[in-house]
Amino acid sequence: MSVKQISVFVENQAGLLSEVTTLLADNGINLRALSIADTSDFGILRIIVEDVEKAAQILHDHGNTYTVTEVLAVKMDDKTGGLAKILKVLADAEIFLEYAYAFLLQKPGEACLIIRVPDNDAAEAALAAAGIGITTQEELF
Amino acid sequence: MTKYYQPEIECASREQIRQWQDERLVKQVKHVWDNVPYYRAKMEAAGVTPEDIKSADDLHKLPFITKDDLRECYPYGLLAKPLSECVRIQSTSGTTGKRVVAFYTQHDIDLWEECCARAIMAVGGDENDVCHVSYGYGLFTGGPGLNGGSHKVGCLTLPMSSGNTERQLQFMTDLGSTILCCTPSYAAYLGESAKEMGITDKLKLKAGIFGAEAWTEEMRRDIEKSLGLKAYDIYGLTEISGPGVSFECEAQTGMHINEDHFIAEIINPETGEVLPEGEKGELVFTSITKEAFPLLRYRTRDICVLSREKCSCGRTHVKMTKPMGRSDDMLIIRGVNVFPSQIESVLLAQGFPPNYQIIVDRVNNTDTFDINVEMPPEKFTDTVREVTAMEKELVAALKAMLGIVAKVHLMAPKSIQRSEGKAVRVVDKRKLY
Repeated sequence: MSVKQISVFVENQAGLLSEVTTLLADNGINLRALSIADTSDFGILRIIVEDVEKAAQILHDHGNTYTVTEVLAVKMDDKTGGLAKILKVLADAEIFLEYAYAFLLQKPGEACLIIRVPDNDAAEAALAAAGIGITTQEELF
Repeated sequence: MTKYYQPEIECASREQIRQWQDERLVKQVKHVWDNVPYYRAKMEAAGVTPEDIKSADDLHKLPFITKDDLRECYPYGLLAKPLSECVRIQSTSGTTGKRVVAFYTQHDIDLWEECCARAIMAVGGDENDVCHVSYGYGLFTGGPGLNGGSHKVGCLTLPMSSGNTERQLQFMTDLGSTILCCTPSYAAYLGESAKEMGITDKLKLKAGIFGAEAWTEEMRRDIEKSLGLKAYDIYGLTEISGPGVSFECEAQTGMHINEDHFIAEIINPETGEVLPEGEKGELVFTSITKEAFPLLRYRTRDICVLSREKCSCGRTHVKMTKPMGRSDDMLIIRGVNVFPSQIESVLLAQGFPPNYQIIVDRVNNTDTFDINVEMPPEKFTDTVREVTAMEKELVAALKAMLGIVAKVHLMAPKSIQRSEGKAVRVVDKRKLY
């Protein structure tokens, strides 16, 4: 069961990232997690929010370029080796990892790793076989 | 001492030049009427027949040919000789990707090369010179034209073509090049490179023939200083023949048009009306000796002024100023013709919106070429890999269309500057005119 991530196109120019985050803040959108990928010309802001539809509508109404992608939120232990364990499973299953980012959950000791892979079902099955679970959108909030 | 390639022509009396023009025009109009149905139809539509053209005074009665006509007639529609009599094709970029192809008989090549030979001798060249041709060879007319002219003069010709700067400078010093032919921006680059390599004092250059792009007097002085030569301008266009339609002499005060081959007119670009000599307007050429591809009243879109003031070099052919602008939106970037419409067609083909901005500048005497493109939501993905690949594909498609590399910048939608509701498609910061 994947979660929905919103990716927003941001030009590499002073103030433009703040414009997007301010827009979301002004409309009461709380960001649970984010990552920014950047090149010399542009960046991609990736965010996980509770109300995906509302956030997407706001971005759309303000003329932003964005896309909604299904990613996996993998349950991760907040301790040494937590990340390594997950990546090893993916590597052994020869699953190509496009990108990943992690954040802590509110419950102590629990963390979450967002991964973007070509086939969510295959990755989920490989992780499940290794006893690693995944989280739903609702569980994150 | 002033040198001429064909003194009896280059210094002919005005009456003599006029007589050649009258005779050759009458003959040329007949040749085109008989052999080019497309232009004949244009003449018929304008109610003109060859009998109406009795001298150069009647030139204004003929209809114009524009770049649109060339596109419509691609490739053979304006050909006036059987292909079996043609020996060469040269080509240049067109407005929407369709290239302009020009055909030459051996006679056409000879006359074109003679024009280039006149240009080489006008800068002091003779059979003792080493003529270093760094214009591109191939479809572009720069290399082949000056190469042929250099042969005619009897110079030792170095057919270097463009690029590989280190090798250029090595040959220049080892073989003692005395005349350099290339674009002004490449000349400036060679000058800087020679300085960096510390070989400026080993150069034996005395003159440079620089054309195919606009350049300023400041740039001329820069090049003259960095390469230790005198820099001369040359003008031409593939549609008419190539470089050597006109060229600068030692006076460096405008370019003599080879009037025994080309009749020049200046028109009002809005109305098409012929302007009195000395007024600024669009330059129009009529080829009166070309056999295979004889264009009558071809609109160059270059804005300039003609002058018949007596020249200190002794030549009697009319002089044109450097082009002072364009009456269309064509840009010349690194010597290559670029039309915004070409960029637009590539963007559309690649799935980008036709909302873009071209930014051209000149940094260290080299043109920079940037295109801001809006990222359409439907093409956007969440991975840098895919977006970068898309950008690379666009750069490659632009290169295939234009022949030069542009730096593409992806922008957010609707972020490209507009003024008074109308998009500003081109920002040219070079201040060339």
